[in-house]
Amino acid sequence: MKKFDKERVLLAIAAPVLAIVAAFLITALVLAATGKEPFSAFGIMFDYGVKSDSQVYIINKATTYYLAGIAVAIGFRMNLFNIGVDGQYRLAAFFAAAVGGALTLPGIIQIPLIIVTAMIVGAMWAGVAGLLKTTRGVSEVVSTIMLNFIATAIIGYLLQPGRLGHLDAAGTKVATTPLPESSHFFEFPTTPTPIYGFVVVAAIAGIGYWFTLSRTRFGFDLRTVGQSETAASASGVNVKKMVVTSMLISGGMAGLIGMPTLLNDSYEFGGDFPVGIGFTGIAIALLGRNHPIGIALAAILWAFLERGGQQLEFENYDREIVGVMQGVIVLCVVIAYEVVRRYGVKRQQRQVGEKLAAQARSNDTTEVSA
Amino acid sequence: MAHRVFFATDSACVPALSSHAPCLGECVIKASSTSSPNAVELRGITKRFPGVVANHDIDITVRRGTVHALVGENGAGKSTLMKILYGMQKPDEGTITVDGEQVTFNSPGDAIVRGVGMVHQHFMLADNLTVLENVVLGSEKLYGIGDKARAKIKEISDAYGLGVRPDVLVEDLGVADRQRVEILKVLYRGARTLILDEPTAVLVPQEVDALFDNLRELKAEGLTVIFISHKLGEVLSVADEITVIRRGTTVGTADPKQTTTKQLAELMVGAELPSPETRESTVTDVPMLTVQDLSLSAVDPDGVVRAVLSGISFTIHKGEVLGIAGVEGNGQSELVDTIMGMRTADGGVVTLDGADISAAPTRKRREDGIGCIPEDRHRHGLLLEAPLWENRILGHVTEKPNSKGAILDLKAARRDTERIVREYDVRTPGIDVTAASLSGGNQQKLIVGREMSHDPKLLIAAHPTRGVDVGAQAQIWDQIREARREGLAVLLISADLDELIGLSDTLRVMYRGRLVADADPATITPEQLGSAMTGAAAGHLEHDESPESPAGAEGTDGPEDEAR
Repeated sequence: MKKFDKERVLLAIAAPVLAIVAAFLITALVLAATGKEPFSAFGIMFDYGVKSDSQVYIINKATTYYLAGIAVAIGFRMNLFNIGVDGQYRLAAFFAAAVGGALTLPGIIQIPLIIVTAMIVGAMWAGVAGLLKTTRGVSEVVSTIMLNFIATAIIGYLLQPGRLGHLDAAGTKVATTPLPESSHFFEFPTTPTPIYGFVVVAAIAGIGYWFTLSRTRFGFDLRTVGQSETAASASGVNVKKMVVTSMLISGGMAGLIGMPTLLNDSYEFGGDFPVGIGFTGIAIALLGRNHPIGIALAAILWAFLERGGQQLEFENYDREIVGVMQGVIVLCVVIAYEVVRRYGVKRQQRQVGEKLAAQARSNDTTEVSA
Repeated sequence: MAHRVFFATDSACVPALSSHAPCLGECVIKASSTSSPNAVELRGITKRFPGVVANHDIDITVRRGTVHALVGENGAGKSTLMKILYGMQKPDEGTITVDGEQVTFNSPGDAIVRGVGMVHQHFMLADNLTVLENVVLGSEKLYGIGDKARAKIKEISDAYGLGVRPDVLVEDLGVADRQRVEILKVLYRGARTLILDEPTAVLVPQEVDALFDNLRELKAEGLTVIFISHKLGEVLSVADEITVIRRGTTVGTADPKQTTTKQLAELMVGAELPSPETRESTVTDVPMLTVQDLSLSAVDPDGVVRAVLSGISFTIHKGEVLGIAGVEGNGQSELVDTIMGMRTADGGVVTLDGADISAAPTRKRREDGIGCIPEDRHRHGLLLEAPLWENRILGHVTEKPNSKGAILDLKAARRDTERIVREYDVRTPGIDVTAASLSGGNQQKLIVGREMSHDPKLLIAAHPTRGVDVGAQAQIWDQIREARREGLAVLLISADLDELIGLSDTLRVMYRGRLVADADPATITPEQLGSAMTGAAAGHLEHDESPESPAGAEGTDGPEDEAR
């Protein structure tokens, strides 16, 4: 049995490694086709990416990406494609920022309040898609994309002077009222910039995700629905309720995505608040195979690529090459997983067949001799 | 036992089972086809897969203008053999001869050129295209895609009485019509030899009759049909010659006129058949499950609301097996779903062990002691890509040993999975392999073991031995009997009439969503049960003491061959 497991772990690692190697090769070809020397570009990215200030940047970015990956992965484990993580986290961060800016409570109360507000808003927004799916049969893919646009419109409407936004002193930027000093989340002092304290929350979220899915009854039910809705319903899971619940959890987790930025960096929600992280989360969840550690590695890789890409500009490379690389990685990952999965299934069936055939043969001979 | 009489009368006939001896001329129906060479000859076919030999030393001779049946248990190697003949796989050894000429097929395309076509068990049609479009798809060069093709389809359809309309959408067609389109597709490509893989599996008896008429039509026009099946009654009624495959090799040929289903079955299995018969009665007078006036309606694809269950009432006592007979699709699955709580009844009361569970959700019903061996184990009983120990938790996640409170107890669940594997003889190298890698019989044993491990009060067993090899079948029967002796109530639904009659203490017949008749399994024969299943009889079925009909057909499963 031991050997069986070891090979399985090897197979599990083979896919992402294969995908990343393939992605680097394809990117090298793209670079070569544009007349640039590919391998020095990778060298530049790597040298710059491992510098100490880059490390801080990468950890902070990865914190946000990790939460996004987890939020998407919860849906994936349920066989739900929550594309709406993007709208959910932006709407959540916006309302959380508005609530945080309006109050001046002690940090110990206000910070949790902000986080909870964000989670509730995210959950509600995702819950809309969940309800639409269970009551009207609307595909969550369609409804969450639509909800992304609606979220953008709502934020655009409310984030105006006189509503929930106000113009800053320079008259160039509209944002929510900044959070009071007491609502700033703690940070790890590093130079030149500190590491977000929210990385701790992200780690807790990861552990919670792992524990809930693999060690609790609820997690088992959730995975059952993801693997086979019919078997789940026959086994006694209320599939509709599970769809709504998991959308709520996914949305609640999405609510956390904006928090590292809001509580550790910007302290307000303005027009420059990061967008599109929900989509990054999809790529990261795919790359990390919905596994809490895999997602962490994928988040770090993503942040690393982005950091390295910044330096490429100064070396006369097009920084878009990083986008190409990320896109190619996602494509390769999807293909590599499917290839490895099919190989794994075949391999196991063959092994089982061989073992049983061997057993049967030995049984046959004993029967004959008997 | 009266239902055994049906075999006993048959065994008076002399069995005509001979190893590889070609059938003599008397089984040929069309005299014209006797002089022509054999349509297909397979000699010494051997095919090995890593670890298993799927086929070895297969010898089959199929004469032109006949319906040649290939029978064998699931996993005996029938499908592999047909894939070889159709060019989907290459044999490691042996020769294929078509129309007297030795051939090598590298792809189905080569087979089609030689006039060999296959109708798969799972239809390969595009729903959103018309029949015409489906037929010409991939063979546009033959007769174009327009009127010429339409005319050709009409011509073929009329010639063999297929009744195919070229311009309707495939999605509007029923299963039987789709099958005819598949047959026409193959004929359109010029096939002279048709391979039909389990063609009756998806059909109701009337449709089976119609299909057999079509096959006779094809035969009359000099075409050859190779018919794969394990429904012996059907095989005996339609085939001119039968080849039996067991464990990957041909074990003999049989003349359908002189063979009974029992002899054929024993040839298939290579041993005396296990009997589902239950000896002593263990029925008590304590009701375990009471169903009162249950009704359910559903919206069919045309948007019409129709009743799928109406006025269903029955009681199962402790230690009683209630068997439900019926042609599939008459509401049996819906009945199971409703008792399990997966569908909400429109009306009626379900009482389990004195407690009204009509409104309880599925999980509550399971916790209360309903175990279920589902009809479709892949869809309802297993997580195919999950390891065995997770499958052991499935359906009982809230119960011991699988969880303590809200937390799973993986260690205990794994240990208990190992126990089930051991006690129920699930053949597997370990509990970490996925359910998909086990054979059907072993998957079923795992399910039976799982459901029995929670001391159910009521076991719903829908086709518990379908697609299961004979050894596992006997074991599953034993387990049901064992549990029944300990006071289990069983609702048994099966298409296997012998199983139904043998295991049940009480029999009810379901027809169009109603329980129309009841019978005493001690006196009823499969024939009587079969005719009640088609709606021909109602009320209490009394055993008719008149002599049995000698035909070896299993009720409606095997329409009689009107010797044409």
